[in-house]
Amino acid sequence: MANILVFAETRGVVLRKVATEAVSLGRRLADASGGGEVHALIAGPPGTAQKSDVLGRFGADVVLAVEHQGLATFARESIAATIAARAKSGEYRAIVLGFSAQGRDLGPRLAAKLDAPLVSDIIDVELTGDSATVKHPGYANKVIITLVVTGSPIVLSIRPSAFGAAEALRTARVESIAPAIDPATSRVKVTQVIEGSKGRPDLADAPVIVAGGRGLKAPENFKLVEDLADAFGNAAVGATRAVTDEGWRPHADQIGQTGRQVSPQLYVAVGISGAIQHLAGMRTSKTIVAINKDKEAPIFKVADYGIVGDVLEVVPALTKAVREAKQGH
Amino acid sequence: MKIAVCIKRTPDSETRFRINASGSAIDESGVKFDMDDFASYAVEVALQMKEKAGSGEVVVLAVGPDTVQETLRKAMSMGVDRAIQLKADATPFDGLAIAKALAAEFRTGGFDLMLFGKHAFDTSEGVVGTATAELLDVACVTAASKLEIANGKGSARRELEGAAEMVEFSLPAVVTIDEGIARPRYPSLKGIMAAKKKPLESKPAQLGTPRVTVKNMALPPDRPPGRIVGEGTGAVAELVKLLQTEAKVL
Ligand SMILES: Cc1cc2nc3c(=O)[nH]c(=O)nc-3n(C[C@H](O)[C@H](O)[C@H](O)COP(=O)(O)OP(=O)(O)OC[C@H]3O[C@@H](n4cnc5c(N)ncnc54)[C@H](O)[C@@H]3O)c2cc1C
Ligand SMILES: Nc1ncnc2c1ncn2[C@@H]1O[C@H](COP(=O)(O)O)[C@@H](O)[C@H]1O
Repeated sequence: MANILVFAETRGVVLRKVATEAVSLGRRLADASGGGEVHALIAGPPGTAQKSDVLGRFGADVVLAVEHQGLATFARESIAATIAARAKSGEYRAIVLGFSAQGRDLGPRLAAKLDAPLVSDIIDVELTGDSATVKHPGYANKVIITLVVTGSPIVLSIRPSAFGAAEALRTARVESIAPAIDPATSRVKVTQVIEGSKGRPDLADAPVIVAGGRGLKAPENFKLVEDLADAFGNAAVGATRAVTDEGWRPHADQIGQTGRQVSPQLYVAVGISGAIQHLAGMRTSKTIVAINKDKEAPIFKVADYGIVGDVLEVVPALTKAVREAKQGH
Repeated sequence: MKIAVCIKRTPDSETRFRINASGSAIDESGVKFDMDDFASYAVEVALQMKEKAGSGEVVVLAVGPDTVQETLRKAMSMGVDRAIQLKADATPFDGLAIAKALAAEFRTGGFDLMLFGKHAFDTSEGVVGTATAELLDVACVTAASKLEIANGKGSARRELEGAAEMVEFSLPAVVTIDEGIARPRYPSLKGIMAAKKKPLESKPAQLGTPRVTVKNMALPPDRPPGRIVGEGTGAVAELVKLLQTEAKVL
C-alpha cells in the first residue's frame, strides 16, 4: 500500500500533457503496491480546479487544488513549499512530477526541503519496499543508467512521453488547499511571459519535427523548413546548434545534447550533418528521414530513409508531395 | 561582486562509450575528460560579469578526487581568480549529496552569485544547483538562457516549452545556466602560465550520504541500418510512399 503524491502542472489554467502522464504513473505505482491512493496537486489561478475531472480520468483519487491569483505564472517558491508541506503531512511513498521547465526546478527544491532522494528525467521505475529501481538516460542519452534508490518518499521527475497516459476512470474527490507561502513574497518574480510561435506545437509534443541545419545556407531558406512543417500540419520546427549559434533560429529551437531532447514519430533532418551532439537529442525518434547532399554524412547512419540531394530542390518537392498525400491524391 | 562557479569534470562529448567490466561504470581508458559543457558556459558568464564591472572575484569549486584539480586549473587559465577542491574519494552520482558539500562551503563564502550548469553531461540530472540554493535558502533561477545583474538585483530569461518567462530575483542567488548565454573562451598561453600560480585550496568535502547509487549501465540499442531511397527530387515520390505504407507516419 503506497500513496503517491503527484504534481500536475499547468500553464495558466491549461493542464500540461506531462501532468496526465505523471498522474497515470502515480496510479500504476499505487496499484502495483497493492492499492494506495493517488493525490494530484494542481496549482493555478482561480478556475484551475476545473481540471480535476481530467485528473480523475487518469487515475487520481484526490485532487488537491491550490487556487490563488498569484499562481497565474510559475510561482516556484510557493508551489515547492506547498507540495513539501503536503508531503510532510501525509504518508507518501513517492512524489511524481514531470521533467519539464517547471519540474526541473521543483524536483531539486523538494528533495532538499524534504531531505528526500531524487532522480530526474526517468524512463522507468519500480518500487519495492523502501528501495526503488529507476532507469535514467545519462551521458547525453548515450548510456542507460539503472539506479538503486533508498529512502522514502522518493522524488521522481519523468521524461515527457516516456510513460504515456493510460485512462483509469475515477471520480476524484476535490480538496481545496491554501498555498503554504504567499506567492507575492517570492524572491523570484515573473515579470513577463513571452508566448512562442503561433500555432505550432512544442518540440516535446509534436508528432512530427522538421529540423534544419547549416546546409540550408541562409536564414531565409528556413522558409522551406517552415513550409514542409506546414504541409505535415502537426509539425514543430527544430534546428542544429550551428544554426542557433548563427542566430538563424532561437536557441530554444536547438535539438541535441545541449538543446532539447526529442522523440517524435517522424524526424526530418534537412541539411544536417549528424554530429554526435545533435544525434544525442533525436536518435530515439521513431522514424528518421535525412536529406543531405553528401552521401557520406553521418546522419545517414541513423536515418531510416535518406535522400542524397540539394535541400533547396528536394525540400520544396517533398513539401508538395506531402501536401498531395495529405489531400489523398 | 563575488561570484562562485561550480564545475564538474566529465567525459568529452565526442566519446563513444563502452561499459567497463564491473557493469556499473563507463570504461575510462582512452576517454578524454574536460569541464562539463554547461558549467563552462557558467564560467564564461562569470568572467564576462567581472570584466564588465571592472572589479570583483570569480572562484571555482569542484567536488571530487584530485583529478578535478586539472579542471579547476583550466578554469583559472580562462581567467578565474582562485579555486577550491572539496575533496572526496569519488564523486557520487547522488546530486543532493554533492549539493550538501557545496552548501556547507557556501555558508561561509559570502558570494553574491553562485553559478552552475543546467545539468552535467554524465549524470544529465540537473539537481545540484537548485538543490544547493534550497539548502542555502536563497533565490534560485533554474536553467536561465539570459542573465543580467544590475543594482543589486538579477533578471533572467527561462525557456518554457513553447514559451519563455522573464524573472527578477534578489541576491544572493543561485542561477543554473542553459544554452544560449555564452560559449566558453579558450585559455590563452598567458592565462595558462598565470593559472599555475593561482591559489588552489583543497579541503575535505562534507558530502551527504548518497542514497542514489548506480546499479548498472548499458548502451542503448543501435538503430537498425537505414537506406538511401535515392538521389534528388526523383526520390521524393518513393520516400512519400515509404512514409505512408512502411513507416505509416503520413
Ligand atoms: C559541447 C558541445 C555541445 C553541442 N551541442 C549541440 C546540440 O545540442 N545540438 C546540435 O545540433 N549541435 C551541438 N553541437 C555542435 C555539433 O558538434 C555540430 O557542430 C552541429 O550539430 C552541426 O550542425 P549542422 O549539421 O547544421 O552543420 P554542419 O555540420 O556544417 O552540416 C551541414 C550539412 O549540410 C550539408 N549540406 C550543405 N549544403 C547542402 C545542400 N545544399 N543540400 C543538402 N545538404 C547540404 C552538408 O553536407 C553537411 O552535412 C555541440 C558541440 C559541442 C562541442
Ligand atoms: N562534483 C561536482 N563539483 C562541482 N560542481 C558540480 C559537481 N557536480 C555537479 N556540479 C554542478 O552542478 C551542475 C549540474 O549537475 P547535475 O545536477 O549532476 O546535473 C553542473 O553543471 C555543475 O555546475
